Amino acid sequence: MSFLSEKNKQAFVTPLNLNNPILVQVLGICSALAVTTQLEPAIVMGLSVTIITAFSNFIISLIRKTIPTRIRIIIQLVVVAALVTIVSMILKAFAYDVSVQLSVYVGLIITNCILMGRLEAFAMTNGPIASFLDGIGSGLGYAWILVVVGGVRELFGNGSLMGFQIIPQSFYDAGYVNNGMMTMPAMAMILLGCVIWVHRSIVKDVDNN
Amino acid sequence: MLQDFFNKVRPHFEESGKLHAFHSVFEGVETFVLVPNTTSKIGVSIHDAIDSKRIMSFVVIALLPALLFGMYNIGYQNALIAGKLAETSIWSMVLYGFAIMLPKIIVSYAVGLGIEFAVAQWKKEEINEGYLVTGLLIPLILPVGTPLWMMAVAIAFSVIFAKEIFGGTGMNIFNPALIARAFLFFAYPSKMTGDQVWISTETFCRLGYALPDGSTMATPLGEAAANSASNTSFYDMVIGLIPGSTGETSVIAIAIGAIILLWTQIASWKTMLSVFAGGAIVAFLFNVAGMENNAVANIPWYEHLVLGGFCFGAVFMATDPVTSARTETGKYYYGFLIGALAITIRVLNPGYPEGMMLAILFMNMFAPLIDHIVVQRNITKRANRLKK
Repeated sequence: MSFLSEKNKQAFVTPLNLNNPILVQVLGICSALAVTTQLEPAIVMGLSVTIITAFSNFIISLIRKTIPTRIRIIIQLVVVAALVTIVSMILKAFAYDVSVQLSVYVGLIITNCILMGRLEAFAMTNGPIASFLDGIGSGLGYAWILVVVGGVRELFGNGSLMGFQIIPQSFYDAGYVNNGMMTMPAMAMILLGCVIWVHRSIVKDVDNN
Repeated sequence: MLQDFFNKVRPHFEESGKLHAFHSVFEGVETFVLVPNTTSKIGVSIHDAIDSKRIMSFVVIALLPALLFGMYNIGYQNALIAGKLAETSIWSMVLYGFAIMLPKIIVSYAVGLGIEFAVAQWKKEEINEGYLVTGLLIPLILPVGTPLWMMAVAIAFSVIFAKEIFGGTGMNIFNPALIARAFLFFAYPSKMTGDQVWISTETFCRLGYALPDGSTMATPLGEAAANSASNTSFYDMVIGLIPGSTGETSVIAIAIGAIILLWTQIASWKTMLSVFAGGAIVAFLFNVAGMENNAVANIPWYEHLVLGGFCFGAVFMATDPVTSARTETGKYYYGFLIGALAITIRVLNPGYPEGMMLAILFMNMFAPLIDHIVVQRNITKRANRLKK
């Protein structure tokens, strides 16, 4: 099976849109609400999940025929936990500020439903390359929602993006005030609902999948 | 005469007419002015001259005393701070308040009705009249210092997310006016609470007095929350010449509205009465408990009932037929818990000087559950009677 076969392409593309982990499967909501107050942690979180999903999918897919069915969840968890620990250490070493902002949510990637869902549903039954691409696709599908929600929340909640002031000072002098509601998880929930709303009205056949 | 006018312009709005795009606007205006001559096409319905549009107009009439007094109070507070109370006539105070309130009401209706019309047009539904009351309630429950654009944002938020998403008028779980207030309260706390938002500082066409930035005036509840003694007399609290959200200060004006609502049987006396009962009992308990370093707990129970948004909430918000409990027994529980929760939030949470908004929203959420329990209990009661 070649690397760019139709099946591999499908494995990579569908999680971005038609089978998006957040929009369609509605998985991984808690972390999506918690880490999206600002854009930077949202991007870092999205990338971390992408890398971990891709490699855990890859590893589990390699050893999928030797895993006894009855203890497969434990083995999956061990692999994921090892990867999460590595990513968490790398973040602490090279991006300390962001890792402080993300706090427990990096560690909680272990229990992220997207990871377990992809391992169970895809990696256990598919080849390593397809699984790797599926992991990348799922992770990026998760990441782009985080970036959209995080961008909107930071722009309206703090008037900035990635820490740079976007809304000019003259607006504030004219009476503009940052929207405090945007920095609360409740508003993240509503924004997420809006993204799902827009997505469903563009992609009509989501419910039939 | 009006009938003739509508009959004359109707062809333009029908399927082939050139103004078809605005047909829902036309229907909205026509049925607002005239009783509709179509009846519901499905099921069994009892028809009465009082339909929901007539109900809405009565609520608007009931709100007018509070609105007029609110205008007067805006002018009064402005003159009071300027120190020119003696030389300002009542009429110029009312006119000043009118000039301040008018843009708010216009913006409120423009934004809210604009969204309603757009949604009705888009979904090819009739325009719902529910916003008529909400649009007047929102300016009344906000402090006078809240900027217009914030109000517009909050109204857009509440009409879309508290109402249209649930299916429009009559389907909403939460009271849209309170959602607008809650949105502002959490999004822009600096413009909703504190000392600076309760007075209007601008002049308008030589009415009123320009006040320096930073002129402050705390509400009695705000003062109590900050543990400083309030010297507002009970008489002032009832009359309503105290700082507060525009419509909520005068108990007398609200009482007139309450009489209109009860007389026309639009609002339920059960809900209203039990809100006051719940508030009085819980406030009395806090009085007796004697928390020494909590000034709000020591406000006498009868003052609790006339301060802040308690009366306004009890009369106009808690009795909203859409969001309150619908079973007759359920209304007692629903109202009592609103009153009890409102006072509890006031006393125990120093971050929120006023608890009425959150209490009503919270109980809105539980109203269906109360109804469910009441209905289930009735079913078991009857089942037991059968067994005997």
